Amino acid sequence: MAMIQKKLREKTKELLAKKEVDLVIGFSDWTLPLRTTPIFIRTPEGAEHLVWNSFCENNLAAYLHKFSRLKVGVVVKGCDARSVVALNLEKRFPNHPPLLIGVVCQRLVDRKKVKKAVKGEILQAVEQGDLLLVKGENFEVSLKRDDFLYPSCQSCTHRTPHQAHILIGDPVEEVSLVETHPEVGEFERKSPEERWDFFEKETSRCLRCYACREACPMCYCGECFVDSSRPKWIEKSLSPSDLAFYHIVRAYHQTGRCSGCGACERACPMDIRLTYLTQKLNQEVKDLYGFETGIQPEAAPPLSTFDPEDQQGFIK
Amino acid sequence: MEKDWQPKILAFLCNWCSYAGADLAGTSRVQYSPNIRVIRVPCSGRINPLFILKALQSGVDGVLVSGCHPGDCHYLSGNYAGRRKSATLKRFLEFLGIEQGRVQFSWVSAAEGGKFSQVVDEVTRDIKRLGPLKKFKKSS
Ligand code: SF4
Ligand code: SF4
Ligand code: SF4
Ligand code: FES
Repeated sequence: MAMIQKKLREKTKELLAKKEVDLVIGFSDWTLPLRTTPIFIRTPEGAEHLVWNSFCENNLAAYLHKFSRLKVGVVVKGCDARSVVALNLEKRFPNHPPLLIGVVCQRLVDRKKVKKAVKGEILQAVEQGDLLLVKGENFEVSLKRDDFLYPSCQSCTHRTPHQAHILIGDPVEEVSLVETHPEVGEFERKSPEERWDFFEKETSRCLRCYACREACPMCYCGECFVDSSRPKWIEKSLSPSDLAFYHIVRAYHQTGRCSGCGACERACPMDIRLTYLTQKLNQEVKDLYGFETGIQPEAAPPLSTFDPEDQQGFIK
Repeated sequence: MEKDWQPKILAFLCNWCSYAGADLAGTSRVQYSPNIRVIRVPCSGRINPLFILKALQSGVDGVLVSGCHPGDCHYLSGNYAGRRKSATLKRFLEFLGIEQGRVQFSWVSAAEGGKFSQVVDEVTRDIKRLGPLKKFKKSS
């Protein structure tokens, strides 16, 4: 990983020095352990602040909308690269398609799982090969990194950002470590009553802070349906019904657009399960229309096109 | 469930086909169950999934969306585009635990007054069997 970080800094420095891009969006260290923060670099010297580790959890494609007038280089993992492909398909970057600095992802560490595994506040966390060394005031443990991955990363089969202009790291064999989307399977095995109860119980904790929406590269609407007052689709309340409404629609709006990056779920301050919803929709469009987000750079998004022969057994 | 409970069903009918089909059923004096409330839309492709969700949240027990047969859409492809939204939304709602049958879809042409009444009767029967919608409904 140190090698990757070194190459990332070199490449970024070069891109900015040669003025191939005006800005590079990447990750930097932050004050809190187990976390990184997005960084916006405009000078070659700034490249020294870039880091690469298993805590690079934002999908930086979400920031591209703010810089549509600049030539931007963006550090992307496999999932993030697919988000950019999806955004390109939606013609989000008519002037300057972003330059993708792709990093072959080693799968990300779920900071909340790590916190649960130790007693006391974590003051430092560093990666050493397959291990995660975690230190606090009265403890020091070494954990097996792969036991602490995000669910979306465990089942990821697109770790290599093939779409990237610059690829850092060697392409890997794409295998899921678990059953595909275990959370979808787990949810589907419940009865309809249990499913709704689970969904409602999860969403009833929602604060409507919209961090999930802000973290998502695909939620770029000028006016989100929750903010529209004419028509007013949804009340500004925390009633279980309105919370369910928000979550059904937020997820449904990702149909055929979600890369499964998991940034929405990671952004949630209330630990609300979100990715099983969009993963299910991803499965649906794959099953119905053979579409996978960000894989075929030319294929129209499934809900903006049709085939006269589409399945219609459900229509009377 | 109250004994004399009757479901409320919202029907979004395409102006060019199913709405005319409903009209034909009426003028032909074909009987169908009185549980539907009709909203006329210009095309089945006009249906935004938000309409369906808002309806379910606001107190209906079921929703029917009906448009022109494939190939017959007044705007050529509105029903094809709508079909994808319908398919994905229907599956998603069922995944979440909303009972199968709450939201239904049909193709009914302007000439199919008989089919219209049959569809409405079937949908009403299904939703009566499911009972009042409790999930998702906003308690007021
Ligand atoms: S919905 Fe969530 S998982 Fe999907 S692209 Fe957006 S942030 Fe990523
Ligand atoms: S939830 Fe839907 S309307 Fe809101 S920003 Fe996301 S895609 Fe747009
Ligand atoms: S981030 Fe969590 S609490 Fe905030 S709106 Fe999304 S689900 Fe609700
Ligand atoms: S006009 Fe009837 S479905 Fe398009």
